[in-house]
Amino acid sequence: MTARTDVDDLLRELAPQVLGVLVRRFGDFDDAEDAVQEALLAAATQWPAEGLPGNPRGWLITVASRRLTDIWRADQARRHREDLAGARETATPPEPSHQDDSLALLFLCCHPVLMPGSAIPLTLRAVGGLTTAEIAGAFLVPEDTMAKRISRAKKRIKTSQIPFRMPSQGEWTERLHSVLHVLYLIFNEGYAASTGPQVARGELSNEAIRLTRTLHAGLRDDPEVAGLLALMLLTDARRPARTGPDGELVPLAEQDRASWDQDLIAEGSALLSAVLPRRAIGEYQLQAAIAAIHDEAATAEQTDWAQILALYSLLERMTGNPMVTLNRAIAIAMVDGPAAGLAALAGLDTRLAGHHRLDAVRAHLLEMDGEAEGAITHYLLAAGRTTSLAERNYLTTKAAHLGARLP
Amino acid sequence: MKYLIMMTQSSQDDLPPERAYTPDEVKASWAHMQQIYQELAESGELLATEKLAGPQAAKVVTSDGVNAPVITDGVYPEAKEFLAGFWMVDVDSEQRAIEIAARTSAAPGPGGKATAKPIEVRPIMDAPAPEW
Repeated sequence: MTARTDVDDLLRELAPQVLGVLVRRFGDFDDAEDAVQEALLAAATQWPAEGLPGNPRGWLITVASRRLTDIWRADQARRHREDLAGARETATPPEPSHQDDSLALLFLCCHPVLMPGSAIPLTLRAVGGLTTAEIAGAFLVPEDTMAKRISRAKKRIKTSQIPFRMPSQGEWTERLHSVLHVLYLIFNEGYAASTGPQVARGELSNEAIRLTRTLHAGLRDDPEVAGLLALMLLTDARRPARTGPDGELVPLAEQDRASWDQDLIAEGSALLSAVLPRRAIGEYQLQAAIAAIHDEAATAEQTDWAQILALYSLLERMTGNPMVTLNRAIAIAMVDGPAAGLAALAGLDTRLAGHHRLDAVRAHLLEMDGEAEGAITHYLLAAGRTTSLAERNYLTTKAAHLGARLP
Repeated sequence: MKYLIMMTQSSQDDLPPERAYTPDEVKASWAHMQQIYQELAESGELLATEKLAGPQAAKVVTSDGVNAPVITDGVYPEAKEFLAGFWMVDVDSEQRAIEIAARTSAAPGPGGKATAKPIEVRPIMDAPAPEW
């Protein structure tokens, strides 16, 4: 993904609208998605050279529809559907707003029948308007591999006969949860990868924020959607400070807070203060609230750890997630001292057995407690187990610093 | 999650199937691997796969950065297992990587019996950096 131009921005905004129209009109998500992708590629080469058409959206719909007819014509077995399409085209029902179409597409691409590994690239292409090559680049896999994955995801949607419409009341909670989870994963994939060979990945965070903004624009009243958007903004605000000049990880306590993006912090905090009083607390709002406390501390020492601890306790009760318990142990150490934090890790040995995060946190707390030898051991254990290169470098450097200070 | 799934051979003269296998058994072994290949390629999980030339074709190079490098024929003298080939995959879970490894290990050998060769499954450094 390179720097985006105005044409790119316009195309990506129009992509889900155009796809929505085609799916509604012709009823074939799989082929319509291919047709729209080709129309977008055509526009990306023609528009910058020949100038924008008078009605860009209409242009894309026409080109994509024509392309869809070509796809069907090429496929003998589907010839009959061409007639069907012709018939349908004359009797197009009134179109819902673009916004509704974009949302319905998002719910379709993030359907729980798809594993996240399939839902993520499909969402980026069908709703985000990214090309297969861009998505493949961001995930560091060959383009052909990514194309296969997207094509399989679409087949799965087709065979599962998932309708193109917003979920019903009965399935709403599960379906929304699935959409939020996919968006959160896209954000995480790109986060803290803003330098070096991983630049393309960093773009994924921007894309996740853009998609979550679309979702929020359509579902203003949903507190968890607002919570997720706030979480992303409050976390992304720290992106400039999160990596050093050589791409190394800079821990929160050592980050240059002056380089945090205050506009993003203000926007995230405002979103959060608008929904928190509604008392429909969910896990994204809680995580966002924790991020906000970090962001609002002028120095690391001024961080309100007591409040963070209270929020993690709430989150732990709500989710039962051992990773939350792990983070809570850090908060306990900051409030009551490292020994208390280490004691809170006791129950995690079986639930997070072999997980590098447990070793990393234990090492950190042992270091706080002055236990250099133990800290080194656990830093190195964690370094051997992590699958993040930046994290491994961070952990081995920590161990080396401690080792150098040993008598 | 990306994994390297490594197939090994256990001694320098443990040549690929051709020696201990009948022609039909060789064919069955290839067909088994081809089927896994097809499935991985079609599912969008396969990133790369290669077969390596035998340990006889290997060279080990050492250099102190000052003198001319020392080059010896063959693999590490103390090695007991030699990398023979690999799948590089991007899958949804470790469980899926293990499943692929298990099927690779179960490739038919002489008499149609599974070879049950050990297959190493190792994560590739690929995760996004966490918050610290």
